[in-house]
Amino acid sequence: MYTFSKKLKTFSIILMVLGLLGVGYGFMTSHKSFEEVEHLLESEAHHGGGHGEATHVTHAEASHDAHASDTHGETAHAGDEHTKHIEHVQHQIANRPWAALYVAAFFFMMIALGVLAFYAIQVASQAGWSPVLFRVMEGITSYLLPGAIVVVLIAIASGTIGHYNLFIWMDPEVVEHDKLIQGKSAWLNLTGFIIRATIFIAGWSLYRHFSRKFSIAQDTADDNKNFKKSFRIAAGFLVFFIYTESMMSWDWIMSVDPHWFSTLFGWYVFASMFVSGITVIALISLYLKSRGYLDFVNENHLHDVAKYMFAFSIFWTYLWFSQFMLIWYSNIPEEVTYFIARFNDYKLPFLGMVALNFVFPILMLMNADYKRIPWFVVMTGLVILFGHYIDIFNMIMPATVGDRWFIGIPEISSILLFAGLFIFVVFTALTKAPLLVKRYPFRKESEDFHY
Amino acid sequence: MEASKVIHAIYTDDDVLMSAVKKVKAEKHHIEEIYTPFPVHGLDKAMGLAPTRIAITAFMYGLVGLTVAIVMMNFIMIKDWPQNIGGKPSFSYLENMPAFVPIMFELTVFFAAHLMVITFYLRSRMWPFKKAENPDPRTTDDHFLMEVAVHGNESELEELLKETGAVEINLVDKEAH
Repeated sequence: MYTFSKKLKTFSIILMVLGLLGVGYGFMTSHKSFEEVEHLLESEAHHGGGHGEATHVTHAEASHDAHASDTHGETAHAGDEHTKHIEHVQHQIANRPWAALYVAAFFFMMIALGVLAFYAIQVASQAGWSPVLFRVMEGITSYLLPGAIVVVLIAIASGTIGHYNLFIWMDPEVVEHDKLIQGKSAWLNLTGFIIRATIFIAGWSLYRHFSRKFSIAQDTADDNKNFKKSFRIAAGFLVFFIYTESMMSWDWIMSVDPHWFSTLFGWYVFASMFVSGITVIALISLYLKSRGYLDFVNENHLHDVAKYMFAFSIFWTYLWFSQFMLIWYSNIPEEVTYFIARFNDYKLPFLGMVALNFVFPILMLMNADYKRIPWFVVMTGLVILFGHYIDIFNMIMPATVGDRWFIGIPEISSILLFAGLFIFVVFTALTKAPLLVKRYPFRKESEDFHY
Repeated sequence: MEASKVIHAIYTDDDVLMSAVKKVKAEKHHIEEIYTPFPVHGLDKAMGLAPTRIAITAFMYGLVGLTVAIVMMNFIMIKDWPQNIGGKPSFSYLENMPAFVPIMFELTVFFAAHLMVITFYLRSRMWPFKKAENPDPRTTDDHFLMEVAVHGNESELEELLKETGAVEINLVDKEAH
């Protein structure tokens, strides 16, 4: 049995408190009045000299070019544009703590969801190497229910108590003037959003609940009935998962840009969550092993997990590039704006994450010997996790805060808040059951596994 | 070269072979070669063979392929005749790079795979019309053969090999070559 060390518990609580303070600070400082924003923009324009003024004008023109092209010469209209521009920036500044919170909440939720999918695949494929890691995976997936509820609550709150800070399709005033969103409103409406979210979370949590239940029951059973049941529900869950994961990615992520769509987006988000989930399995297993709780996990298991990290980093890159290259190549205006926004305002995070998520792991984890060295896997794992945080950041931020992004107090404290919550929930769950499955049919094979 | 004598010990089971290898190694006899009909896991470790470096060569061949792809397309598409083809930006390699990635990837894999295979053939001396180096045709079916060098200690070696479970022990004059 694992006991939650006092130190780690205190550490996770400190993270949550610090995070909460920072998130509060983010919300307190994001409400800028019209005059404040006007002043801010003026000082920025002053600071940047003529350049600031130029971007100001083109920006106003670009966002309202139907209006601006013939009438922007008139003074009355120019004043109107000015007001609109400032309101636009004001909204972006107000969005920042919401988006920061949402990105971090989604990031930790997706780790748990990725691990759940990985676990189901291990059970359904009757993998012989991984059963010694099952309890670690079950521990991580305990974060799924609270994590997913928090994500959905933030999304709903942004459209009810907030001022439509994440999803502009929740704003009836925007929808009224937007033919494109009107056309999609059969799918993109708050009621539908809540119903679908409930179905997704209920389905995932039910699988998580029963797989855990059968897994624990198998420990003390005298036949393999529970094993067979867990095998069946794993196969069923994987079918349910691939549909709901795809729809979840449309609802929770793609709809922040309601004018844009991409067919392989669901897979792309899946790749991101899968590789982050596997990385977290490796990190937590190594932590527990270093504390002496997982003596039955050896370097061969680590080697296999690291191979998954390596392979799915490449899989993620394949999907990232396929999505990017197809849109870049055909350059259709309605699709390509997505990447133009990212290239203009997010060049470093957008291209940096390819280095973090592809170049770094491919060079670090290609060698078979390196995959067996714990500190090496930990180091690479941390880089991969950071890279995938940036990936989610790149999905949400351009649509919510635009060029007003920064990784500052709101972003870092949101990460701390959810990291603390994640550690607290996961390690509490790890204390609830022995760390080695007992009567699992593949247990012996897994313990003797060597590569 | 002088003609030397070797002992061919024949086994019918890979587990027996493995324990025999360990015993012969422990007695510090030199195993010249082992012939098996299929890969026996752990045999290379038991014999103390050095690990292969073919993966390292493949990595380097891959880098060569990547370089070939980049240099080739940079010359053809950017330097030599930078046409406007469907509005693609042929001003610099970087600007048009996404369109080249499929070729860069394929050439990397092509070079890595083919040159590695050729390296394997060269290093293991395999080519068409090569004379098979097979001391006993049964080793391609269901027998395992261990070849141990003899340095005037025939009877001692034969005794040892018999103990390890060899079903047949032959003293062979190996032709010089």
